[in-house]
Amino acid sequence: MTDANGADFITLERVSKRFGTFQALREVSLSVARGERIVICGPSGSGKSTLIRCINRLEEHDAGRIVVDGHELTRDLKEIEAVRREVGMVFQQFNLFPHLTVLENCTLAPIWVRRMPRREAEDLAMRYLERVRIPEQARKYPGQLSGGQQQRVAIARSLCMSPRIMLFDEPTSALDPEMVKEVLDVMVELAAEGMTMLVVTHEMGFARTVADRVVFMDAGEIVETAPPEPFFANPRSERLRQFLAQILRH
Amino acid sequence: MTGPALSWLRANLFNGWVNSAVTLALLYILAGLAIDIAGWAVADAVWSLPAGDSAACRAEGAGACWGFIAQTHRFLLFGTYPVAEQWRPALASALFVALYAVSAPRRFWRRELLVVWVVGLALIFGLMGGGVAGLTVVPASQWGGLPVTLILATIGIAGAFPLAVLLALGRQAKGLPAIRTLCVIYIELIRGVPLISLLFMASVMLPLFLPAGLTIDKLMRAQIAIVLFAAAYLAEVIRGGLQSLPKGQYEAADALGLGYWRKMGLVILPQALRLVIPPLVNTFIGLFKDTSLVLIIGIYDLLNAAKTTVVDPVWLGFGVEAYLTVAAIFFVFCFAMSRYSQRLEVDLNQGVRR
Repeated sequence: MTDANGADFITLERVSKRFGTFQALREVSLSVARGERIVICGPSGSGKSTLIRCINRLEEHDAGRIVVDGHELTRDLKEIEAVRREVGMVFQQFNLFPHLTVLENCTLAPIWVRRMPRREAEDLAMRYLERVRIPEQARKYPGQLSGGQQQRVAIARSLCMSPRIMLFDEPTSALDPEMVKEVLDVMVELAAEGMTMLVVTHEMGFARTVADRVVFMDAGEIVETAPPEPFFANPRSERLRQFLAQILRH
Repeated sequence: MTGPALSWLRANLFNGWVNSAVTLALLYILAGLAIDIAGWAVADAVWSLPAGDSAACRAEGAGACWGFIAQTHRFLLFGTYPVAEQWRPALASALFVALYAVSAPRRFWRRELLVVWVVGLALIFGLMGGGVAGLTVVPASQWGGLPVTLILATIGIAGAFPLAVLLALGRQAKGLPAIRTLCVIYIELIRGVPLISLLFMASVMLPLFLPAGLTIDKLMRAQIAIVLFAAAYLAEVIRGGLQSLPKGQYEAADALGLGYWRKMGLVILPQALRLVIPPLVNTFIGLFKDTSLVLIIGIYDLLNAAKTTVVDPVWLGFGVEAYLTVAAIFFVFCFAMSRYSQRLEVDLNQGVRR
């Protein structure tokens, strides 16, 4: 799939990755257009997290090509850092910096990577903290917040770098059920603003309302890709049918 | 005596006639010992003596000879430093203590503190060495006592710490096998050798490798050996901190595009060092006491000065008093370090509950 300029925003070509003897990705190819929202799902161990972690080089792929907005990911540190400046990531375990306040978490990268003056970075951080609806917690430490609040801070921290792509690695999996919605609401708003998003999640309701395409992975391969309507209504492969039966049973 | 204390005594020391008997017997022995020690150290002690005359201390029934310490305290504290100039090492030692004091409160941990230290150390070395501001030159070979111990320990810690951070980071560097191997070799080599042998090497072998005409004085050579030695130990302590951080902290810093040095300096090290304050201070205290090993290569630190005072025929046999005094001085510094680290740990963990 290509965007209006005929260029893909993110291109993965026959990407493979193994951990020891475990083949995590098998020649996976995927193209993402600017502004596209993609939800990736699949059973655990299917390679979905590995896939998005390759996009900002938290994992190094063994074979194939990954190009992000014109930067090909190789050993070249300059290119890797260029990609990381453009790609935000939200983790399952939040990974906030516990020794810094919420505000300092958000201003760290703008100040040190973007060379933004402190005042300006703080104003920016407060704007994003307001957007994720926790400006009043700015002076607290992450350890003093609930899981849902921490994850929203993590989203704000990523947004402070003005990323062009946001990667979400199971952002609600570590949350208590009553906190899932507050995080998903923020993500839905972000999608509505036109952010390019790749989301690994089991929240099928989110996939239905937000995704342009849903990708199903199993055993390190992309088994099926489709817009949400046909994806849920008419799964073509047997594996996806089984998977949907498993997670939609309740 | 209050109720809880009384019931504690009954439950733990007097529960049954056997325990009661043992308790009473031990109390009797302890009391006897306490009376003996107090008698020796205070009641029977000789507090003042005529100059250079130890006869009163040698009299029958005389206790501790504190008069000896009173007479030799200058040599004990300042070694062979010229007597007329001993206000200089005294001031230098006071400056050290002042530097420790201003560095302790966390609100003073700013860039300016570094300037204070540079100025402070320059003053200390100016005072000790002389040759500036009309002070007569005193070569390092005549320095001794407390300031030598403080110099060796303070510069030892200050020099070893940054080196240790680099070694620990180098040992962790996955992508740089050459640097990693070098760091491992350095750490294992230095840790596998006693400090004494390093000091010998520094005093005997190092001059052989230096180009002709270039000499470094003995104190400086011992200082270098201490820095190199302490760095290897500190590096392993710091590595422990680096390893105990969750992987997610490294990944979050990477994902934000921080780059290696900022990731380490802003995210990883502040957390890792906090985690290893207890073993870090443990190593500092060990290092502080290890500086006394320099007596083996003939440097007059505090312990060597004490050892020398008892060699004087007049004071022969009063080693206990001299060594107790030195031990007390060492204890004050080490205990202060230990207490301070405990407070620091509590301070730093406020608000950072995980």
